Amino acid sequence: MMRLATNQATQRTVVEPRFDVELVAVTKRYDRTVAVDAISLRIPRASYCCLLGPSGCGKTSTLRMIAGHEIVTDGDILIRDRNVTDLPTARRGTAMMFQNYALFPHLNCLDNVAFSLKMRGVGKAERHARAREFLELVEMAEFAPRLPAQLSGGQQQRIALARSLITEPQVLLLDEPLSALDPFLRVRMREELKRLQRELGITFIHVTHSQDEAMALADLMVVMDQGQIRQAGTPRQIFEAPANVFIARFIGGHNVLPGPRGLVAVRADRCRIGQAGNGAHSSGRVVAVEYQGPVVRVSLQMQSGEQAAALLPDNTYFAAPVQPGDPATLVWSEADAHPVTVS
Amino acid sequence: MMVGGQSYQTAGRGRPWTFYALAGLFGFFLLFLYGPMLVIYLLSFQGPNGGVTFPMVGTSLVWFEDILKPGQMANIPVSFGRSIALAAIVSVLTVVISVAAGLAFRRRFPGSGVLFYLAVASLVMPSLLVGFGVGLGFKALGAKPSLFTSALGAQLTWTLPFGLFAMFAVVNRFNRAYEEAANDLGATAWQRLRHVTLPILLPGIIGVAMGAFTLSYDEYARTTLVIGERNTLPLEIYALISSATSPTLFAIGTVTTGVSFLIIGITLWRIVRLQRRRAGRAPS
Repeated sequence: MMRLATNQATQRTVVEPRFDVELVAVTKRYDRTVAVDAISLRIPRASYCCLLGPSGCGKTSTLRMIAGHEIVTDGDILIRDRNVTDLPTARRGTAMMFQNYALFPHLNCLDNVAFSLKMRGVGKAERHARAREFLELVEMAEFAPRLPAQLSGGQQQRIALARSLITEPQVLLLDEPLSALDPFLRVRMREELKRLQRELGITFIHVTHSQDEAMALADLMVVMDQGQIRQAGTPRQIFEAPANVFIARFIGGHNVLPGPRGLVAVRADRCRIGQAGNGAHSSGRVVAVEYQGPVVRVSLQMQSGEQAAALLPDNTYFAAPVQPGDPATLVWSEADAHPVTVS
Repeated sequence: MMVGGQSYQTAGRGRPWTFYALAGLFGFFLLFLYGPMLVIYLLSFQGPNGGVTFPMVGTSLVWFEDILKPGQMANIPVSFGRSIALAAIVSVLTVVISVAAGLAFRRRFPGSGVLFYLAVASLVMPSLLVGFGVGLGFKALGAKPSLFTSALGAQLTWTLPFGLFAMFAVVNRFNRAYEEAANDLGATAWQRLRHVTLPILLPGIIGVAMGAFTLSYDEYARTTLVIGERNTLPLEIYALISSATSPTLFAIGTVTTGVSFLIIGITLWRIVRLQRRRAGRAPS
């Protein structure tokens, strides 16, 4: 059955590409500094990919190279099997949503959305009709005559989305799209981005420095640091098995502790405060206790020098509460400890 | 001008004495700035039997009528027309060249620093000597100095560096992302300039145009040696001051100031309206 299907696929003259975006040893150098260091990545069709990392890790440079706003120093970028490395921005099949949206301040929402059609010479009636469709898509139809300055951050973002999507891109590139919004709106817009990506069936590449955002959204989460990809996989793969100390610290929720065979990462919610038994443990002193509703976070200063935390279900904590200053022993199960490399 | 309508007064305590002291100082400063011209404006309404100094002997508009009367003042309306025409041309050239240069200077290129200083250093050149140099140049080339050649050139040595300076400030605040967005949306270089860059820079460009216009309209030192046979308004007025003295001169001063303020007022009003529209305070 499988074989039959593949045969049929190859018999057709056009083979559907398996990846929307492929980066092959892509490098970006500015004078002496290397912003992106020979990274390779394959993004499967119609996926939500998050590039995650601290500022200066090369994630934005990577995005801008895919968009064509930054010249690739070395390596190749393929979009649906087409080498776009040297193509101009507009001919790559990408559209970019800028960090501060870059809506044209002198044009109203309708004309902002219709801009790319105007550039292609589409007549006024037709381009306005089409722009209205995309304003509908982002639920902003009634804001058509408004100027960008008359909109809130969230509304501006929707207009920017519509303006990008009207070009019918194969890949939508989003540069920190949620960072300008307040926390409440951020969560709502993030749901909406995910819904749009699913409905449109195109690939979104979303740059962020927030691990929450990446975890919530990504099909493929790519953690970058110092111009390199440190780990790529589903959020669950990365959270359950961080590859190194940097990842464990950066995505949070982990304690990095010395074990008998080198450093291990243990999720804070798998740690308990208790008696040193035969299992893995480490002793220290409580430095802070935070009540967070469903869980209580107990921060510890370990004797070995590390900072650690235990996320305890509230009933577990209140069964044996501890106070700052108390000596405490952190215990965890051997099965929950993942060896991590230093870099 | 009050910004944001905020008052720094502390509630219920009145103002400290330093407020009144500084307000007084500022009053003197304003008087120092505008007092001399205020005297001129007042004296331009001098009565028919009055002279060029106080006291006022009644009030009248006869000196204003004098401007338009044929006779010794006949050249004033004509030279005013020339000044406006010259200022308009200077303004257009300054805008075109300094906008292009301002956009070009966004990218650092080898020697851009030197080139920039070379361009703006012209602002500190002694103006009379620049005019003299232009005049000598024309003489050496065997060309006759005139309004739209040598005088235009001499004025541009003053307005171009000014325009470049002003455009630097304007362009510095321009976010490159707008242009990248235009590229992203498929605009060609020309479309990007026409539909994105220039409209966004427009308030600043109007400012440069206005500045260049008034600089040219007032210019004396650079123009005087290269004007040729037909005078601009400032030259004509200067000639009048040295030959005849009557309150008509003051009337000319009042009228020309009125024109300058009108131009500045209209331009500022347009810029403010443009920015209001963009800031979204005006009804859409």
